[in-house]
Order: sequence, then C-alpha cells, then structure tokens
Amino acid sequence: MEFSPESKAGRLQENIHMIKVDGLTKRYARTVAVDDISFFVDKGRIVGFLGPNGAGKTTTMRILTCFLPPTAGQVEVAGFDVLKQPLEVKKRIGYLPESPPLYPEMEVVEYLTFVARLKGIPRSAVRQRVDEAIEKCALGDVRKTLQSKLSKGYRQRVGLAQALLHNPDVLILDEPTAGLDPKQIIETRQLIKQLAGEHTIILSTHILPEVEQTCQQVIIINKGKLVATDSVDNLTHRLRGSEAVAVEVEGRDGALDPAQVRKRLEQVPGVSRVLDRASDGRRASFEVESLEGKAIRAEIARAVVEAGWNLLELRPVAFSLEEIFLQLTASEDEETAGGGEK
Amino acid sequence: MKNIWVIYCKELKSYFASPIAYLLMAAFALIFGYFFYAATAIFVTRGLEMQMMGRGYPMDMNEWIVRPLLMNVSVIALFLVPMLTMRLFAEEKRSGTIELLMTSPVRDLEIILGKWLAAETMLAAILGFSALNLTFLFIHGKPDWRPILVGYLGLLLQGGGLLAVGAFISTTTRNQIIAGGATFAACLLLWVLDWVTAYETATWAKVVAYLSVVTHFEPFAKGVLDTKDVVFYLSVIFFGLFLTARSMESLRWRA
Repeated sequence: MEFSPESKAGRLQENIHMIKVDGLTKRYARTVAVDDISFFVDKGRIVGFLGPNGAGKTTTMRILTCFLPPTAGQVEVAGFDVLKQPLEVKKRIGYLPESPPLYPEMEVVEYLTFVARLKGIPRSAVRQRVDEAIEKCALGDVRKTLQSKLSKGYRQRVGLAQALLHNPDVLILDEPTAGLDPKQIIETRQLIKQLAGEHTIILSTHILPEVEQTCQQVIIINKGKLVATDSVDNLTHRLRGSEAVAVEVEGRDGALDPAQVRKRLEQVPGVSRVLDRASDGRRASFEVESLEGKAIRAEIARAVVEAGWNLLELRPVAFSLEEIFLQLTASEDEETAGGGEK
Repeated sequence: MKNIWVIYCKELKSYFASPIAYLLMAAFALIFGYFFYAATAIFVTRGLEMQMMGRGYPMDMNEWIVRPLLMNVSVIALFLVPMLTMRLFAEEKRSGTIELLMTSPVRDLEIILGKWLAAETMLAAILGFSALNLTFLFIHGKPDWRPILVGYLGLLLQGGGLLAVGAFISTTTRNQIIAGGATFAACLLLWVLDWVTAYETATWAKVVAYLSVVTHFEPFAKGVLDTKDVVFYLSVIFFGLFLTARSMESLRWRA
C-alpha cells in the first residue's frame, strides 16, 4: 500500500470512528429525504444500511461521497468534513452507485485505467492497481470486452473493481447485489466479506438476509429517520427481550384437545401469550412468548409432562431480522411501502 | 492539471469511439470541398472575364477565395458546435457516470476544462480538413498565409465561445437531443443578432448587435487581428465556462 494519500489535518488513530454522521438532514424543495440522522461506523467494519424503498439510503450515501451536500448536520469521513474538505474525503472513498457508472464505449481495462488516473493513482502504479482490481473481482475473462456488452453481473463487478482501485479507507456500495442472480449474489457477498478489515464498508440494501449474512452492524432507516443502529447480534437480542418458544405436544392416548393445552400453557408463570400454530387432533403446536426477562422453557416442559402429554418439541425461536425490521418500520406507520427510491 | 489531461483524453477517445467524429469530419470535408470548388471556379471565371474586358489586373486570392470561404466556415461551425457539445454532460447525467466524476478527487473546473478542451480540439481537427483544400491555392498561386492563419485563429475563438455555451446547455439536461437542439437555437440566435442594426439605430440595438458572434468574425476573415474581437471571444468563452461551473454546482444542490 505505497499509495496512501498523506494527510496533515486528520490522520486518524486506529480506534477512531471512520464515519461520523451527526444530525444529518437533507431537504429537497418539498420533501425531507433524510431527517436528523446520527451514527458512527468503526474502522474495518461492514455496515448494512437497511430501509424500504425511498427511505433515504441513497441520499445518505450520496452525502457521504460528497456528491450531494447536506442541508444540515455534520458528516465526517476518515476525519475530514464532507463540506470543508471534499477532495480529501473523495480520495479516501470508493463508491459504487446504484447503477455502476460505466462508459459503454470503453473496454474494461481501458475504463479501469481511466478511473485509476482519475482517482489520482500515480501513472507508474496504475497498471498494477488495475490488475489487482481485475483479479480481486474476477474480471480476467472480460478484460478486453466493451462495457456495453457486459452482463449485469459483470457490470456490477466492474463497478466494484472501480470502487476498489485506489484502496480507499471507506467503501460505499449502493445495493451491490441488486439485479444479480443467486450465484452472483453469493459471490458478491463473499467478495465484500473478504474486503472487510482492510476497508470500512457501508452497503445499502432492502434485502434482509443480506445484512444478516454479510454485516456486523446494521443501521435501519425509514422515511428519512433513523430507526435503529446496533450490531446485528445485539439488535436481535434487544428486540427479543422476551423469549419465544415453539412447543409441540402429543396426547398420550391419542386424542388431544388443543384448547386445553393452550389453557395449561397460559397458566405457566412468566408466559405472556400463546399462539396456536397447528393442530390435528393428536398433536398441537404452539408458539409461546415469555414476559420480558423470564426463562420459561423448563416450566413449560414440566407443565406439559405433569398434565400427562408428550412433549415432542421445545425450541427457542429467534426473531429473524426480517421480523425486527417490520416491527421497527411498521411501528410508526403500517404502510411502509414508500414510493420510488430517489 | 493532470486531472484536466485525464478527462481530456477520455473525452477525445469517446468522440472517436462513436461514429460522430468521423461523420462530422466527412460531412465537413464534403461541404467545404464544394464551397472551395465553387469559390475557385468563380474566381477563375471572373478572372477570365476581367482579362477579356482588358482589365487584367491580378486578382487577390485572399480576397476572392479565402475570405468568403472563411465566412462560410464560420457559419458551418454553428452547425458543428451543437453536435460536439450535446453529449458532453447530458450523457454523463443520463448514464450516471457523472456520479463517478463528481465523487472522484477532481475539481468541477478540471472536469469542465477537460471536456471543453476536448471539444475545441475536435472542432480544430474537423476544421483542419479545410487546410487540405487550401494547400491547392499554395500549389497553384501565391496567397498570403498570414491572413489565413488569423482567420483560423478566429474560427477557433468563435468556436470556443459557442462550445462553452453548448457545454453549459448540456449540463442543464440529461437528454442529448434537447441539449443539441437548444444549443443549435442559441448558436443561430447569436449569429443573427446583428440583424437588429438593419432596422434600428438606438444604442440598445448596437449593444445587441455587438453580441453577435459573426460580426466579430469578419475582421478575422479579412486577416485583421483586432484585440477587441479577441477579447470579445475570450469573454464569451469565460462566461460560458463560468455558467457551466455554476450549473454543475447547482446539480449538487438540486439533484
């Protein structure tokens, strides 16, 4: 990494926040796209930027990359303010917009060489950097292909290569897996994971499993407002608060009355509610939720056995991020389906 | 400076990557060839007539061939400019590559200058085809080369000003056709502004006529290098590029 742009004002220590957003607001003529958002991102982390369409993800990313100026609030990337030192910020970010910014009339190598020069890589290092990026993003087969002839998957990868070229501290990827087929999605995710550590990565998506699989931290926004920001693990825990347990019960002599079982389960101390899942006369399954901070599995097991039923299954249910997301974004307004992303 | 060069090279390449560069060159060579042939033919016929009428003083090639040709080329340039500038920013806006340029460590002004210089170079390359025809004059006669050089300088200055205006118009839209059409209208308007003096003698008419790009070209066609015309064109270039820069800045605030 002989190419690390020298910085006087803001050389950061290892433990400082790589991205600092404080009270960020972006107003357009009639709408507020981003409303008073604050968050931090530590060095070397992969952060998922999550929200339904039109939530303000792209706007926030465009502000981070100095493409748009914020209306209010402070945004620092790698210790530099996006308004005061945009050139310093731009040197340290790699950005993959929603649609990869390719020139259809250029070949892949030609394009990457152009971008490398544009990003300020010294002429002597350009070739090596381009080759590295091509290798990282597995573009060897299309080196000499015109970009207008590239398939969607390759276009996305060239876009990624373009963002990586100058070894930026921060990578900002706007929906990097949108429009790819499942195999390409997996490959792209693996590539992104490999890049973490060296780079701090922010990726936006509205696909939840993607965040669960790739990201360490998640920032959820909805309608321009920050809904939650935490590590993926913490968020799942925090939102769970209470325990949810799946229970399946079988009657010992064949017949079983689900209502009776349900009643018995509701009497178990610490249970807040019982949901019917399925029953077929012999067996019945339920989902039992506990009150906050109560462990109920042992009590349930005892209650079922003492009542003379067979306990077939007793398993804690984890909230998927999807449910959390819906819970968070729906709590303000049931209709989360916003308009087109801008 | 290096950044301007990077953008400049990319722009020039993209002119030649599409048929537009070749098309414009071929079309211009054809049209200019016709004009050249016509001008020379008229020159020869008139020369013969003069001789037969016994007034055989030598006719001036510069005055009879080069000057009208240069005036014609300055009009053809009005048609070339929109085709050279319509793509400049509109296409980048449409395809989203403007996001790449504007998030790279490059100043807006460097992007603008790189693009404008590329367009100017392209214009020079197209106009350069006319030199091919003019060499015949040097082979068969003895025209003065200095007024010709001044004329070409004028063409580049006039073209530069119009290209700057075209670049500005291209930043205002993401549709190439709209950019091209509007630029063409602007070029035509700037060309015919001097007509007002034909029916109006008030001061405002003189001011409006002064803005006409062609009136400032006439001295160049005659081979006269006048500072006030050079300054006029330079200020058009400056003003156009200034508007382009403002417009790009406003892209950030509005987009």
